Amino acid sequence: MTPGLLALIVLALACGGFFLGRFRALQLVGKDLRLLHSLPGYYGQTVALFTAVPALALMAAWLLAQPVVIDSRISAMIPAADLPQGSSRNLVMADVRRIAGGIDLMLADGSLTEADLRDMRADFSDIRSRMADVGVALGANVQPSVFEAAKDWRALTGFGRLALTALTLAASLGGFAFAILRIRPEFRARNVSETFLRWLLIAASLVAIGTTIGIVLSLVFQTVHFFQLYPFRDFFFSLSWNPKFGGGSDLSIWPLVWGTLYVSFIALAVAVPVGLFAAIYLAEYASKQVRSIAKPLLEVLAGIPTIVYGLFALITVGPLLRDWVAQPLGLGSSSSSVMTAGLVMGVMIIPFVSSLSDDIINAVPQSLRDGSFAMGATHSETVKQVILPAALPGIVGAVLLAASRAIGETMIVVLGAGAAAKLSMNPFEAMTTVTVKIVSQLTGDTEFASPETLVAFALGLTLFIFTLVLNVLALVIVRKYREQYE
Amino acid sequence: MTMVETSAPRSLYTADARTKARNAAEKRFRIYGITAVVIGLLALVVLLSSVLGSGLGAFRQTVLSLPITLDAKALDPKGNRDPAEMAKATTVTYAKLITKALEAVVIEQNLAPEMSTKNIGALISKEAPAGLRDMVLADPDLLGTTITYDVLASGRVDGFFKGRVTMESAALDSNITPEQLQLAEKLRDAGLLKLAFNTGFLTNPDASELRPESAGLGVAILGSIYMMVLVLCLALPIGVAASIYLEEFAPKNRFTDLIEVNVANLAAVPSIVYGILGLAAFINFAGMPQSSPLVGALVLTLMTLPRIIIPTRAALNAVPPSIREAALGVGASKTQTIFHHVLPLAVPGILTGAIIGLAQALGETAPLLLIGMVAFVKDYPGAPPEGILDPASAIPVQIYNWTQRADPAFVERASGAIIVLLVFLLVMNSLAVILRRKFERRW
Repeated sequence: MTPGLLALIVLALACGGFFLGRFRALQLVGKDLRLLHSLPGYYGQTVALFTAVPALALMAAWLLAQPVVIDSRISAMIPAADLPQGSSRNLVMADVRRIAGGIDLMLADGSLTEADLRDMRADFSDIRSRMADVGVALGANVQPSVFEAAKDWRALTGFGRLALTALTLAASLGGFAFAILRIRPEFRARNVSETFLRWLLIAASLVAIGTTIGIVLSLVFQTVHFFQLYPFRDFFFSLSWNPKFGGGSDLSIWPLVWGTLYVSFIALAVAVPVGLFAAIYLAEYASKQVRSIAKPLLEVLAGIPTIVYGLFALITVGPLLRDWVAQPLGLGSSSSSVMTAGLVMGVMIIPFVSSLSDDIINAVPQSLRDGSFAMGATHSETVKQVILPAALPGIVGAVLLAASRAIGETMIVVLGAGAAAKLSMNPFEAMTTVTVKIVSQLTGDTEFASPETLVAFALGLTLFIFTLVLNVLALVIVRKYREQYE
Repeated sequence: MTMVETSAPRSLYTADARTKARNAAEKRFRIYGITAVVIGLLALVVLLSSVLGSGLGAFRQTVLSLPITLDAKALDPKGNRDPAEMAKATTVTYAKLITKALEAVVIEQNLAPEMSTKNIGALISKEAPAGLRDMVLADPDLLGTTITYDVLASGRVDGFFKGRVTMESAALDSNITPEQLQLAEKLRDAGLLKLAFNTGFLTNPDASELRPESAGLGVAILGSIYMMVLVLCLALPIGVAASIYLEEFAPKNRFTDLIEVNVANLAAVPSIVYGILGLAAFINFAGMPQSSPLVGALVLTLMTLPRIIIPTRAALNAVPPSIREAALGVGASKTQTIFHHVLPLAVPGILTGAIIGLAQALGETAPLLLIGMVAFVKDYPGAPPEGILDPASAIPVQIYNWTQRADPAFVERASGAIIVLLVFLLVMNSLAVILRRKFERRW
């Protein structure tokens, strides 16, 4: 039974449970509602909740755990000697799954029966060509142990499916029976179902914590794995990034960090003045109509997907800068450059700076302005000498948030900055960033055994820590500032 | 006193040097502000016009209207109209028919006397026969008749009429010659070749590197829709539930604080980190299939959650306490108060936040690259629910994919796809604005 169908059955049971529970409660008191502790609907609700929630939770947990458990048991069956040269356990396990899928296909089209399968052995029959007949392409001939593993994998998976169905239905029916039998007129159905509901709400808010834990665990776990394969010292104390497929790569983080910071610096150099002046103008000078048009339009910039900016950098800004600036000045002939990515990213983060600064400038009390005007200061003097100093912490917070945005930005740099890891001062040269390298090391064939792939997790962890520190700093600063005027 | 007497009498209205300087500074400051706003708006205009300018071409495609005789002997040699038998006629057979039809037209009108059949045939897209074949297999009665069929022209011919390919570039191109382009021009003058609306762009799957003319967004749009529906089904209930707990039930303690800080931070975590999480947790650990809309949706759900929780909490918070007190006062329990009174009043705000969060998720690219959605997918994913496990693409990823290809025709496709994406976003955001305008209640 497929999980989708199973879930539907459970939901249907829960639905039936609702009406049955309601009906039973009403029947127990002979339609005299006053004798019930709660409204009849709550009796139905408890039945529905007890029928659906534990069963669905069990099903989700099982579906997550089953592949992990089965894979670890099966992969132990394959002796290390049977792993082909240059391959890894992960690749062989992928083969196992593919062969198992092929067996299913062969059974489905009738070219194989269960009885044949039991006697079939990889050293006697040509598995590879028979697999090819049903459209399953295998890279090499099948080792006997791998074929046995595939048979067991298939059997275990089938058993897992069956056990899943049985357990889910049992949990569902169990909950159903338990809840139905509990129904008495004095049963506190509303309290029970509300408590149940509250636990569901708590579980939902735990998803946020779960996500953070998931991110940290997956990053740290694989980063540790990476440092087992690649020396810690070379990652932090060398200056060259040169991944090679055969091994012997240089994987230093510094060229990437340099590129990231350089691009972000240019982006901020564009976005901070423009965003700040725009915010000042919109908050202090602009008429209501101008503000009501210009503000949302500027915010549209933040709503445009980054891939659009990336394409803009690739097809418009990059060639423009190359033909009109870089080549006449003799600074380079690459259309993807730090400058391209930085300028476009700067445009993207203008609204981050301007919106937040705008809010913060508006939060400065009017009395400060009035005091300054009363002393004879012009409007610009008031802004420069009174409002900006008062709003400074908040603006710093806004800039930090924009910086964290710039550092974590991916698509603009993937399409605009280039892929060459370099330590150079020339902004018209192609350089690369941490995010670009995460993408390039993890897309395509992801085989989690080589330092070239795993380095992406170390880079991801660096990026995560970097942006986390910036965000926390910004939040703390902004929060502290807000308290000042409350 | 003496100072005043020595200086010339002057009106209060004539500014002295210092006042002038201060006023000039004031004026400059204002101009900086205006300049900044103008730069921002200009950037928006340039960005949109650049994308629109290069992308509109993707919605028009060069086609050849040819009278094609569907030779029953070639297509159904046994003559029994059995679909299985007819399926044996491959696209090669159909390609011959199309080429023959084009050649007949060329000879009849004497457009290119010396050109060989092969060179004439090169004007036609390699993808065109497949379309004709599907049409004939769907309707075997067409066999033996002569139909006027719009045949897709090759990418280079299409580029020529859109200004991407010129006679000079064709001279250096191994895929097309200037003579072939001249023939194409003559065909256009004869009314046989025209630029028509490109429905295939919205319905076709992606095509190979060499056939940009038939590449479309069909699989990507379907994949994006699958993902958005799943994200909505997952992120909205979880997000609203979490917001209700945090806003209404949670006691003020360190644990609640921890969750709140967490949500704030998750909203600012770079999206690519979610991609890494998806790769490590869903694909490698839980063994879910790569490139599937399910994994994409799970990743986007985790990413969208904080973006739904924050506006939902604001919406719940905006419901005045008097409503809660009134409900509690007439004997409702806390849960009843929230679900029967507070939540319905907060619905417009919640929906607005959810739609905007969903719009962000729709445009997100980076995390999807990591979970394998960049793979070349030519088959439509199956119908849900099983289809969510099939490989699919997504609009932003398809755009990225096309930018990585060598033929400049794909740049036009990518820009066209961006227009489609922006239209989707525009619709979603307008919906959010309308909802807010229509149902927003000020207390």
